[in-house]
Amino acid sequence: MTDATQGPEAFGALQDREPPKAPRSQWKDVWDQFKRHMGALFGGGFLVFFTLAVLLGPFLWQVDATQIDIRNKDFRPIYVALWDGSAKVGWNKPLGSDQLGRDILAQLIAGGRASMAVGWAAMVLALLIGTTVGVLAGYFRKLDFWLMRFTDLVLSLPILPILLVAVTLFRQPLNQAFGPEGGMFILIVSVVGLTSWMQTARIVRGDILALKEREFILAARSIGTTPAKIIRRHLLPNVVSPIMVSATLGLATAIITESALSFLGVGFPSDFPTWGKLLADAVQRMEQYPERVVLPGILISLTVLGVNYLGDGLRDALDPRIRGR
Amino acid sequence: MLTFTIRRLLLSIPTLLFISLSIFMLLQLAPGDPMAQVPLTVPPEVKEKMREALGLGQPPLIQYWKWMVQFFWIEPQVLIDHWFGTSFSEGAQRVISWQTRSPVMDIVVQRIPQTLWVVGLSYVVGILIALPIGIYSAYKQYSVFDQSGTFITMIGFSIPPFFTGPLLIVIFSVQLGWFPSIYDTTHVVTDWASFKVQFMQMIMPVMVLALQTTAQISRYMRSSMLDNLSQDYVRTARAKGLRESVVVLVHVLRNSMIPVITVIALGIPSIFGGAIITENVFKVNGIGQLLITALFANDIPMVMTLTFIFAILIVLFNLIADVLYGVLDPRIRYD
Repeated sequence: MTDATQGPEAFGALQDREPPKAPRSQWKDVWDQFKRHMGALFGGGFLVFFTLAVLLGPFLWQVDATQIDIRNKDFRPIYVALWDGSAKVGWNKPLGSDQLGRDILAQLIAGGRASMAVGWAAMVLALLIGTTVGVLAGYFRKLDFWLMRFTDLVLSLPILPILLVAVTLFRQPLNQAFGPEGGMFILIVSVVGLTSWMQTARIVRGDILALKEREFILAARSIGTTPAKIIRRHLLPNVVSPIMVSATLGLATAIITESALSFLGVGFPSDFPTWGKLLADAVQRMEQYPERVVLPGILISLTVLGVNYLGDGLRDALDPRIRGR
Repeated sequence: MLTFTIRRLLLSIPTLLFISLSIFMLLQLAPGDPMAQVPLTVPPEVKEKMREALGLGQPPLIQYWKWMVQFFWIEPQVLIDHWFGTSFSEGAQRVISWQTRSPVMDIVVQRIPQTLWVVGLSYVVGILIALPIGIYSAYKQYSVFDQSGTFITMIGFSIPPFFTGPLLIVIFSVQLGWFPSIYDTTHVVTDWASFKVQFMQMIMPVMVLALQTTAQISRYMRSSMLDNLSQDYVRTARAKGLRESVVVLVHVLRNSMIPVITVIALGIPSIFGGAIITENVFKVNGIGQLLITALFANDIPMVMTLTFIFAILIVLFNLIADVLYGVLDPRIRYD
């Protein structure tokens, strides 16, 4: 009798009435949180859009950015015709042309390619150095003191003056070795990378120090895993999120630094357009042609704004304490 | 606290030595030749003598030592002589600029007031704007004010000064004609009218620099206020019937200012670095502009001295920030 009363109903509370949800992966959670941050979505969208535009742009708008066309110089952008009927505009130059008749749309695309390439490469370099220093300092106690003193020393260097010194002084030999564009690219990427890794190193070291004391590392070590494998298998995947956040910050700084160097006249050679270079060259004539300053300036600002918002959203999405709230 | 300060001061000596050595070696590695402008007709032995006259004949380490003696021993003596009318430094060799053949420090002293006026004032303006914004947007978290404040500070972060500068010039000098686009450093303030001119020409460079400061400091202020607003002592203060203004502006604000003040101290040297670009945009002849011209002219003693002055500022304000943190927050104990 008693058996009959303890039927399925009695255990009802223990049974799943609704079918179990599909298991959720960590990255799906991250994406769900990320989607809710409008700024981050727009920022990421901008970044992807600009990257695609500078990558695919040359195939859609097949005009050589350095082509001098002196008869068609000083065109205004096509939209100027809306309020100024007498302006010199033409559909063959949608964003106008500069004082040598070079097409501004093509220059902006080519300049974006250079700026983006410098930004990405310098960011990757800074991340590599920063992560290596951070992991080594956090994991190996013997290295910690000296590596961190070194990081503090580099942090107290005056970055912008040193960048200026390095770029002006080493321009000549590198230009001879790799050609004017290649040499400048290597120089700017390496000086920006070598002077912006410190924050990443500090953050990664802090995280590694905390992770190192956790049980799963102890377990890994007790079954005889080598330090190299512990770092690759167990530590690095756990510090991916701070690295990603500092990657976005690094990309923004690298793009701004490259433009600032170009603006101060120590960047790429004059016939090689970058956004900062275009802006700097146009400053002298901005009373007549304000758009030549404004267009590259807006592109730099939007890219950096997008990257910063992306970083903001990533920080929220990758932090499990904030996620799900 | 005193022992901590002394220990930090002692520690900053090797730091500064290392920095000066690395800057010096960087400049040594540089391929630029100060004799490059000398005509080819000058015979090589004369060139060699000119080179020695510039102090280039010696090995790098001796050059470095001599520079250090000049910078740390002779230049302070010159300063003392200037103040008290003594003659300690008579006949001693000072750091000489290769461009003008005059002592580097004299030129730096001429240029510093312009930089300090523009940079210092912009920093103060930036902080004065940033603090209320940060406080209010933390108090009304996620309100329209907070959201738009976040957006504006993000923009302030993202727009580089070499774009805001020309943009402001296009709008306010070219289109509206309100402010002059070039900062006239020879302008002397004697009466009300000339003060007005000085004020007008300072508005734009100060605004460009202040935008950066405001963006940064108001973010810190906001997050620091948010940390403190959720603490227990705030609930206690409200529970015992204190007015809301007292709770927020006395209890919470005082505690939130601790990290913000250190951030303000840390930001001072970096604003000098950022001023290089702004000075270039508005043609202010401060020390940033001096550094650029010295770089292009291959004037190594000038570049070395200026870069090292920037380094001293950074180390000094790092120290000040650390000490301030300990002074303001009695929970922090360094020893």
